[in-house]
Amino acid sequence: MCTNKKYTLSDEIVDYINECLVKEHPESYLIAILHKVQGIYGFLSEIHLDEVAHLLQVPTANVYGVATFYHYFRLKPRGQFAISVCMGTACFVKGADSVLTSFKSELGIDMGETTSDGLFSLEGTRCIGVCALAPVVTINDRVYSNVVSQQVSQILNEIKAAERV
Amino acid sequence: MPEILKKYGKIKETLDYASTDVKSTGITVIQVGSATCENAAGAEAVKFEFQKLINASGRDNIVIKQTGCTGRCSQEPIVGVFAPDNFPVKYKQVTVDKVAEIFQSHVLGGTPVVSLMLDKNTNIIYDHIITFCETNYEKRPDHLDLSELFQERLEHHNISNERVRVLKGGNIGLSRFEDDDQHAIMIVFPENVIYRYETIDEMDEIIKDHIIDKSISQKHLIHTEKLTEEYMKFYGDVSFFNKQSRITLRNCGIIDPENITDYIHAQGYKALALILEKNDPEWIITEILESGLRGRGGGGFPVGAKWRNTRTLKQDPIKYVICNADEGDPGAFMDRSALEGDPFSIIEGMTIGAFSMGASKGYLYIRAEYPLAIARIENAIKIAREYGFLGKNILGSGFDFDLEIRLGAGAFVCGEETALIHSIEGLRGQPRIRPPYPSLSGLWGHPTCINNVETWANIPPIIIYGAEWFNRIGTAGSKGTKVFALAGKVKNTGLIEVPMGTTLREVIFDIGGGVFGDNQFKAVQTGGPSGGCIPEHLIDTPIDYESLKEVGSMMGSGGMIVLDHTDCMVQTARFFLEFTQDESCGKCLPCREGTLRMLEILERITSGHAVMADLDKLYRLGNMIKKTSLCGLGQSAPNPVLSAIENFREEFEIHIKEHRCPTQKCSKLISYHVIADKCTGCTLCARRCPVLCITGGRKQVHEIIQSQCIKCGECFNVCKFDAIQKI
Repeated sequence: MCTNKKYTLSDEIVDYINECLVKEHPESYLIAILHKVQGIYGFLSEIHLDEVAHLLQVPTANVYGVATFYHYFRLKPRGQFAISVCMGTACFVKGADSVLTSFKSELGIDMGETTSDGLFSLEGTRCIGVCALAPVVTINDRVYSNVVSQQVSQILNEIKAAERV
Repeated sequence: MPEILKKYGKIKETLDYASTDVKSTGITVIQVGSATCENAAGAEAVKFEFQKLINASGRDNIVIKQTGCTGRCSQEPIVGVFAPDNFPVKYKQVTVDKVAEIFQSHVLGGTPVVSLMLDKNTNIIYDHIITFCETNYEKRPDHLDLSELFQERLEHHNISNERVRVLKGGNIGLSRFEDDDQHAIMIVFPENVIYRYETIDEMDEIIKDHIIDKSISQKHLIHTEKLTEEYMKFYGDVSFFNKQSRITLRNCGIIDPENITDYIHAQGYKALALILEKNDPEWIITEILESGLRGRGGGGFPVGAKWRNTRTLKQDPIKYVICNADEGDPGAFMDRSALEGDPFSIIEGMTIGAFSMGASKGYLYIRAEYPLAIARIENAIKIAREYGFLGKNILGSGFDFDLEIRLGAGAFVCGEETALIHSIEGLRGQPRIRPPYPSLSGLWGHPTCINNVETWANIPPIIIYGAEWFNRIGTAGSKGTKVFALAGKVKNTGLIEVPMGTTLREVIFDIGGGVFGDNQFKAVQTGGPSGGCIPEHLIDTPIDYESLKEVGSMMGSGGMIVLDHTDCMVQTARFFLEFTQDESCGKCLPCREGTLRMLEILERITSGHAVMADLDKLYRLGNMIKKTSLCGLGQSAPNPVLSAIENFREEFEIHIKEHRCPTQKCSKLISYHVIADKCTGCTLCARRCPVLCITGGRKQVHEIIQSQCIKCGECFNVCKFDAIQKI
């Protein structure tokens, strides 16, 4: 293993991968490592995937295969505020569609896109298990429950106002 | 090794238990829910506010305790107040602005705030509330309704119903433990005592002692350490809860999930100590087999048989147990709630299973979408290790077992056991052909037993109370209880747990309170993307594995979505198929291509471009995919569509023949129009239209250019004058 090679990955992640290497079945920690990378950088860049493959001694093709297979992993950066509209059944039944439409028209972007100022990105998420409070939207770690489309502009304005301060 | 139970007893003694049994301590306990859903509803701010008030009051005999989710989601945040000499009061929808009132009036002043209480329809504060366990009536030779009889006896003694409220409790689960079925059991609040009686004379004695003389009727008192006792003491006076039977969720909403002391005092780790003391793995497996417990993940495979296979099929020193917590059904959240509310019981269940099968390593595979559940399990594993319930030489028995958490990454197919194994191995989560089953060749080729969260949580009570007890709950083929995530168009959304054999009607209308608003019930969807829609005329179907299959749905993991007459069945079928299509891993052709073709046909139907032959094609294709797909995902993916066609064929035909969606949910079959009389020309709709197809300036009647309209419905949503109509 080349320990003297410089990585763009943070030391924390490099150390973590090195820890995994001495455990049983090191390659099985690939998903955990990708979670860590995404947790720090917000998405999985090509260079990071290469570095993970190199450090973990797993073919890049496998790393890329895993990164693209799972919905949770993003290969593109997202906005400072990541808006996720829950696409679960309960939310669907309670009108998540029209909430999503409102976000789209308020922000002028489509699903999977980021606003030009880099502030907001919009995506649909898998059920987050708060079905009884449907429809739900998460913006970064905050959960908004029982959202109606009329609330959308207010939610966005609050965030924008807080940002300006 | 008779030392193990002793050791367990010693650990229990050393724990300093902050009991909610406030009478003895004089301490007032404020219990605040803490779970993803509670926090979404604002529970954290409420907790903070209470803490501020406690600090300001300078009182040191008021404490805050956190607990998991009780399942009463639509009423969250829920706050419980246990004050000495008072009912345990539950408050609903406690927002920050209500905290001061509760604190001043109830916590400091001793007067509960009736208007904020959970499920309180009257302003009466009763002297006593009595809840009956009703399970045994049919077995009594006289078929007497004991709660009604008790009411009569109260009248006979001139006790007004404003003083004492009598509730029918359905299956409380208490009397399940008794051998004879002739007696009745009741809990009296706020004293929280449990009486057992058989005759009218005995009833009179209880009334005289307890209600008239205000003393405990010692003769009829039963001292128990029963499974649901703590739960019933807290929630038994609320009808949403007392119609349920809680085994899996016995501790959710009762104990502090981050505190092992609470868990041990709720009989936690007793089962583990018992089996280690007994040191007979075969006995555990026989017990689980005889209990009739079947896998709660949806398939319903007998758990004991799976365990026996894992134990005996292959002589291998390395074996694994796995907890499948990849709750992928988009509309189910019972696993999340159990992980967040009672993490230790899942760990204990896995440890017991591991001992019986000879595994020394276990994995919890949890969805990354559940950060709080992950944190709670991490914390529980850490504490369990500290106390010697996990790790090397558990409780001095010589048995080693440890657990590791592995995160999912948003792939529905990983709920399938072979796909899950691949995912733990760090690969793409694609399933493989079975056999060999994981019990022969699983994780890294070693025998592996995979059960889901709910299944594992059922293990400790079965060990403590025995297979025979568990076997008495439920129906002939389906034993025990099942947790459901009740959501959609139902009044009381939340988590419920009922004995198998309870009908859908009882769940939706009795516990769920019926359909939301004045809408009409249309169907209930169970089993998520693998299940089907059950229409109104089948609503008396009992909930068990076989019955649900017969009506074209399945048990699934426990999602239950109620649909009302405004929901379009074609659209709902399309929703599920879109989900499974997107989640298809792509390995086998029928699922990968077949679901896509099905989706295309459904899209034609919902946009008015289909012909009648498409419907038959859809049906045939669906059945073919069921028969030929590799794994459970593909084999069940067509279910929502097939059951919708079978039960709501007419609705499909209207879409196809008349190009019309009866519920106006299919956007391509509707159009938006401005009602000229109502339009004030405020320009809001014109400004918000994403394609700028609304004409008319200020104070002019607007008009929608139909050829450009994308039917997003934004104008309809934003109009403040109801001047846009959907046709």
